[in-house]
Amino acid sequence: MTRMTMIEAIRDAHAVAMEADDDVIVMGEDVGFFGGVFRCTAGLQQRFGVDRCFDTPISELGIVGTAVGMAAYGLKPVVEIQFADYMYPGYDQIVSEAARLRYRSAGEFTCPMVVRMPTGGGIYGAQTHSQSPEALFTHVAGLKTVVPSNPADAKGLLLAAIAEPDPVIFLEPKRLYNGPYDGHHDRPSVPWSKHPDGEVGNGHCITPLGKARVMREGTQATLLTYGTMVHVALAAVEEAGVDVEVIDLRTLLPLDLDAIVASVNKTGRCVVLHEATLTSGFGAELAAQVQAECFYHLEAPVLRVAGWDTPYPHAQEWDYFPGPDRVRRAIETVMED
Amino acid sequence: MPEERAPHLNVPAPGIRPGGEPDFTHVSIPAAGEVDRPAPDTPPEEMRDLAFTIIRVLNRKGEAVGPWAPEVAPEMLLQGLRDMVKLRTYDARMMTAQRQGKTSFYMQHLGEEAISCAFQRALRKGDMNFPTYRQAGLLIAAGYPLVNMMNQVYSNDADPVRGRQLPVFYSSKQHGFFSISGNLATQYPQAVGWAMAAAIKREKKLAAAWIGDGSTAESDFHGALVFASTYKPPVILNIVNNQWAISTFQGIARGGAGTFAARGHGFGIPALRVDGNDYLAVYAAAQWATERARADLGPTIIEFVTYRTGGHSTSDDPSAYRPKEEGLAWPLGDPILRLKAHLIALGVWSEDRHTQAEAEIKAEVVAAQKEAEAIGTLHTGRRPSPRDMFEDVFAEMPPHLVRQRHEVGY
Repeated sequence: MTRMTMIEAIRDAHAVAMEADDDVIVMGEDVGFFGGVFRCTAGLQQRFGVDRCFDTPISELGIVGTAVGMAAYGLKPVVEIQFADYMYPGYDQIVSEAARLRYRSAGEFTCPMVVRMPTGGGIYGAQTHSQSPEALFTHVAGLKTVVPSNPADAKGLLLAAIAEPDPVIFLEPKRLYNGPYDGHHDRPSVPWSKHPDGEVGNGHCITPLGKARVMREGTQATLLTYGTMVHVALAAVEEAGVDVEVIDLRTLLPLDLDAIVASVNKTGRCVVLHEATLTSGFGAELAAQVQAECFYHLEAPVLRVAGWDTPYPHAQEWDYFPGPDRVRRAIETVMED
Repeated sequence: MPEERAPHLNVPAPGIRPGGEPDFTHVSIPAAGEVDRPAPDTPPEEMRDLAFTIIRVLNRKGEAVGPWAPEVAPEMLLQGLRDMVKLRTYDARMMTAQRQGKTSFYMQHLGEEAISCAFQRALRKGDMNFPTYRQAGLLIAAGYPLVNMMNQVYSNDADPVRGRQLPVFYSSKQHGFFSISGNLATQYPQAVGWAMAAAIKREKKLAAAWIGDGSTAESDFHGALVFASTYKPPVILNIVNNQWAISTFQGIARGGAGTFAARGHGFGIPALRVDGNDYLAVYAAAQWATERARADLGPTIIEFVTYRTGGHSTSDDPSAYRPKEEGLAWPLGDPILRLKAHLIALGVWSEDRHTQAEAEIKAEVVAAQKEAEAIGTLHTGRRPSPRDMFEDVFAEMPPHLVRQRHEVGY
């Protein structure tokens, strides 16, 4: 085991995968010589050569579109979109091409690729550096969508994503790159070196896709979340003084429905939490699944806590961000009924 | 200094609309054999004129003339003629089948047969086309069985893509034919990526991208050219300029600026403009571009100038937006008639043999059609199972899809 930040863990996953398989190649804006604006690919070009880790023109459709062709050829491209907010020019290539290639060719051509992108807010990035577009991917047939919440999972899930035979969207909560963040923006931040999940296994250690993780066992309510909000949820639960089970979904699609149902059937109450905008967010899918599968065990309506249905603001970041106070109030509300 | 005035919106329009007299006098057509053939390793800046002319080989007398005339055995040309006749015959049968309700939709190649049929002959096994819906000649020239194509068009139980795609959206890796997308131009950067992969792996394969005049307006086209110019992989970037994007004439995508081929100049990519109705010119240009790709000289753009004689698809009626006689007035003629005339001039073909070949090919197409229809058509016979609908979304079916499949009863 080694102490790592999430950045170092992601870098390590790349290196392990590239060492094991010559067909793994890495490309994106600024990822080559410089090693990425967040440093997630630092040293890869120097170690594996410019053929395997290189800079691209600023064209997300070009990055994803050429990666589709490379994957169809037989390579395993792992590409970086510099911010999830910049993904839209490449979205058609993700939705209409990468996600459907296996289906439309009846398995003749496939698209094993990983599209990594830093996601989420909490860094004063305003509307073009803070978005959480996961629901735009989970809504698409043929994509798997992953959101790690700590260095150990970031490495393990990324290695699992690279091993997948189909395209995987890998959303990295950028607020967690250097340390867990509980949403208390006015308190000093904790580095991963002081957190148990900063312990990352050496070599090829995989966290399987489609498996949620119970972060905190509880009996009175279930809190379903992922990414940055895992840490906000844990803080809010302690502050609420309610025995809430906190589940880190880790993979949104395929969803670990068994883990969700087991927990909600046990607790009878459920709060769904994400940073993305509320309406048609992934929380709506979670709420729908929970009411369908756990209806006779529910003692209160499923509550959703999410970003407001506005663009992500700059000065009002902490009014927008669904921090521990809002989560605590939701826990209190779900306990009232 | 010019006088100031309020701006006006420039909306290009074709000179002639329905009811008008077709007129192509504005299309400047050099005589066959007139254009120089530079060596494939000539620096791009020294052959920019090739994007503003039309490379032609077959003259009005049916002779192959000039530096682009390829050295080819008559047998290859006879096969080329058969390929084009087969494609045209197949199209005619499928157009009728669509009218008879045997499938939902069809797209024919009328007038454009030379481009895909001749181009394929310059490729090797292992090369990959990234086609649009109007390059089925690539499959025919590669020897793909007609009955497979028909099974796809009918979406029957033997459809290689299991009834999931619109008719004519074929896929055959073995025949170097990438799965077709209905989202226009997306295949362009994919072809560049495929060629980049060949370069990364140092494997001697090339990719051929295909796009229509209208779709060059998509950002995928421009993104693909950026990546092609940056990484210089072995890719041939073909543009089929058939003058019409459904009802929109090519001037809307091109504006007033130069030619589609000349788009390559801003990227430093050599660009040819070629008579797309001239089988020999298409083959010669394809050969030139493949020589460049196989010598690691990077990408080439080829604009094939042609005319879409038929409608865009079975859902289109061109008489609503262009004169009915425009196809007959198209100055580059018919690709089949031109190659036939050449083979007759060579003394290896005759009207009688052509009539006989047409009959043989028709019998072959009809036999394949009977075989396909014995399996099924869109609404009759054996069709793909609803179970198939859930397969191949992922390599392994995740639980939520298994549940949904059970709900359908499979």
